Amino acid sequence: MPVMTLIQAINAALSGEMERNPAVVLLGEDIGNSGGVFRATEGLWERFGPERVMDTPLAEAGILGMAIGMALNGLRPVAEIQFADFIYPAFDQIVSELAKFRYRSAGQFPAPVVIRAPSGGGIGGGLYHSQSPEAYFVHTAGLTVVMPSTPADGKGLLVSAMRSPDPVIFLEPKALYRTAKGEVPEGEYDVPLGKAHTVREGTDVSVISYGAMVPVAEGAAAEAEKEGVSVEITDLRTLWPLDVEAVDRSVQKTGRAVVLHEAPRTCGFGAELATLVQERSFLHLKAPVARVTGFDTPFPYALEKIYLPDVRRTLDAVRGAVNF
Amino acid sequence: MELPLLVALREDGSLDPALAPALQNEDLLVLFRNMLLLRALDEKAINLQRSGRIGFYVPCTGQEAMEIGSGFALKEGDWIFPSYRDHGVALLRGYPLATLVGQLFGNASDAMKGRQMPNHWCDRSINLVSVSSPVATQLPQAVGAAYAAKLRGEKVAAIVYFGDGGSSTGAFHVAMNFAGVYRTPTVFFCGNNQYAISLPVSRQTASDSIARKADAYGFEGVRVDGNDVLAVTKVTRDALARAREGGGPTLIEAVTYRMGPHSTSDDPTRYRSEEEIAEWAKRDPVRRFTEYLQKAGVVDGVEAANRAEEAREEVLRAVKECEGAPPVPPESLVEDVYAEMPWHLIEQRKWLPHAEE
Repeated sequence: MPVMTLIQAINAALSGEMERNPAVVLLGEDIGNSGGVFRATEGLWERFGPERVMDTPLAEAGILGMAIGMALNGLRPVAEIQFADFIYPAFDQIVSELAKFRYRSAGQFPAPVVIRAPSGGGIGGGLYHSQSPEAYFVHTAGLTVVMPSTPADGKGLLVSAMRSPDPVIFLEPKALYRTAKGEVPEGEYDVPLGKAHTVREGTDVSVISYGAMVPVAEGAAAEAEKEGVSVEITDLRTLWPLDVEAVDRSVQKTGRAVVLHEAPRTCGFGAELATLVQERSFLHLKAPVARVTGFDTPFPYALEKIYLPDVRRTLDAVRGAVNF
Repeated sequence: MELPLLVALREDGSLDPALAPALQNEDLLVLFRNMLLLRALDEKAINLQRSGRIGFYVPCTGQEAMEIGSGFALKEGDWIFPSYRDHGVALLRGYPLATLVGQLFGNASDAMKGRQMPNHWCDRSINLVSVSSPVATQLPQAVGAAYAAKLRGEKVAAIVYFGDGGSSTGAFHVAMNFAGVYRTPTVFFCGNNQYAISLPVSRQTASDSIARKADAYGFEGVRVDGNDVLAVTKVTRDALARAREGGGPTLIEAVTYRMGPHSTSDDPTRYRSEEEIAEWAKRDPVRRFTEYLQKAGVVDGVEAANRAEEAREEVLRAVKECEGAPPVPPESLVEDVYAEMPWHLIEQRKWLPHAEE
């Protein structure tokens, strides 16, 4: 199996599915000739032409509105939002339109659009190139929200997203674009949506995470092991609809849960995870569910490393759960 | 210089041959029948709302000509992105009256399972796209649907309806801009009915017309008398034909007047005068077309009256058919959110009254 970075795996997923399915059309800013600001679409414009790899005018509401119309009329649009921070101009189209089309038409007009958006911090991007907006979309009925943490999942989940009958918000942890490397199956390869992955088995504490925080959880688990604490890590991969059974299983095994994400804490996705854990696994719990998250501040430029959850804070939460 | 207002049906009842579409008498009768049906539907629906039998309604009284004329210009396969005031085009394109009326009742006779307030119709089989309440969101979607057709080499167009208020939105700008850049087969049909709820068009834009705005996006804008069903048919036909043949988008501004309220929740006496309403009533599109048909010898006065009565009876039959239907089943609350019902909605289904485990 070839070793790829996450961005190469994303590119492979797009090119493979475009090859197989002529209905797949990409649209976004600078994704054509330039190959996208992160080069996710590199080589695709040359290969599939400007009609299927569309450089759009600079307007996210137009990109999303247009993608919805394309999906209604039989295409499989994959819209790139250059940074997840710039998705808000398209919020009306996503929340009022995309998410509700199937419901309001009683199934007559599904709109299977995939929205790819580089998400999260770690690249010195400050307020407007670092945000993690997943909670807004998990909160919106009708959307599927996905975030891979490895190159293989990046490919396999994106292929599944492009085949989903429902709209998918596909958030890509940009901090991992070039730092995450791993073996990626060649050819047609998919990873089912709605299935979490146990990254590491353990017996004392369950860390539940996704995206760029999965490697942080792994770092904390390695440290904890030196202290004799066995950490199990669940990478959710699909945030919503959640693989709740995987969460139940892990927490009911260890009796302790730490939820870890870089988005702000209050009403973050971790709040929902913590609630589900206490609702469904209360009598198994030996400690309160802990949250390790970003701060309830805008995303800072100079203090990014302090803002982002790291091994130190995750390990503190793991220790806190064990010593409760 | 102000864009000219295109008129086919002159005030003296004669026809401008340059702006009259090529129509047979049977076509004229289709237009007439649908205009009457639309007028009758609005009258009945307002009464249903006033007597508490439906919850809400958005009439298009006064706008029948632009609705029916533009709808008549469409061909099978074309895409329609309506707003909540465009039931006329739906009827003209074959949307069954009983399905339309069923949606007003929001009961089991509603093909959309009572999901939305009245006036939010759709029908996949005629490419009549689901209506939403946020204004003008459908505009960029119509560009996308048109792009998809163009990509596949289909000779179809997408028409999208909105009002003068919608022309102020960001969605109007991005849609017009994208349509111009990609030269999509999209017809932007603005029913300028002079008011966005209470705000007159003079305070909606400083531009001397809405059609003028097409200039900035690199395609043609035309102003047509929106109370003239023949001119609207001609102008829309031309725009759709150009779109299907690869000539790109057009913005049509149909200048008309909303004779009734914005919705049944609106009181238009608060923001416009009796004199103004009386002035526009002289240009009532239904009466104007009736007079033309009589003058042209297509119908006589008795037949016109009979046809109006038939339209009212047809609406009554549809109401009778739909009103007694049972309520929407509670289980449908959690259906159609996703293609397959996910675990959390299966759990929430247990909250429904009389739900079985």
